[in-house]
Amino acid sequence: MTTQLAPDLSQTTEAPPRKKRIALVASKGTLDQAYPPLILASTAVSLGWEAGIYFTFYGLDILHVERFEKLKVASLANPAGPIQLPNLLGAIPGATAAATKVMRKWMDNARMPTVPEFIDMSQQLGVRFFACATTMGVMGVTEDDLIPGADIAGAAAFLDYAADADVSLFV
Amino acid sequence: MSHETPTVTDVEVFDLDCSGLLCPLPVYKAALALTSLAPGDRLRLTTTDPGAVEDIPAMTRQRGDLLISQEDGDGRHTFIIEKGTTT
Repeated sequence: MTTQLAPDLSQTTEAPPRKKRIALVASKGTLDQAYPPLILASTAVSLGWEAGIYFTFYGLDILHVERFEKLKVASLANPAGPIQLPNLLGAIPGATAAATKVMRKWMDNARMPTVPEFIDMSQQLGVRFFACATTMGVMGVTEDDLIPGADIAGAAAFLDYAADADVSLFV
Repeated sequence: MSHETPTVTDVEVFDLDCSGLLCPLPVYKAALALTSLAPGDRLRLTTTDPGAVEDIPAMTRQRGDLLISQEDGDGRHTFIIEKGTTT
């Protein structure tokens, strides 16, 4: 005769607790605006969260292998920029390069990682990078132009990821 | 599975000096270090980043580690963090 035993619930393995998630949009391709999404995402994964960044429009330059080391700071129409110039002078040749040089110097003096270094740090801890497919089509960017590991995605795919996020921010 | 509290001599304390580094580096480096430790091991983290006064307690709350002590003075902040069992 077979004895029916109650299932041993003590052996049931519980699913690990769901991780918190942050979903970021990086829409700007200037040096100063590349840092906030990378800082937030690398911090989030350090906290044990999941993190994903959707790079769209000019923000796609942050993933562009030939451009992400050459991001610049606007000297025109940027009253809070690293060099204080009247707009008229902000338009002269060399002003953008000067503002960029000052910002890079600030970052270097503060021992902050460069944008490519932040990309590497973020990827090592599992930050997901989404490259906006429409931006790639509009601006003629190919998959080979982007750093390895970026997922080409449309808005629906990113929203599918962001729907489960606890924090969502647009930069 | 043992639930004994480790005695003081069993606890390993690791040092991490993040002096001169700004957010997010102290949190990033502390998280990397804690990930490599065994539950119950301790990390002594030194920073000069004023943001770390709030950042490190926030990090331990979010990660599930235990903040054992925090000392602030002379522009230097020293934290003893015990690695949690779920991190």
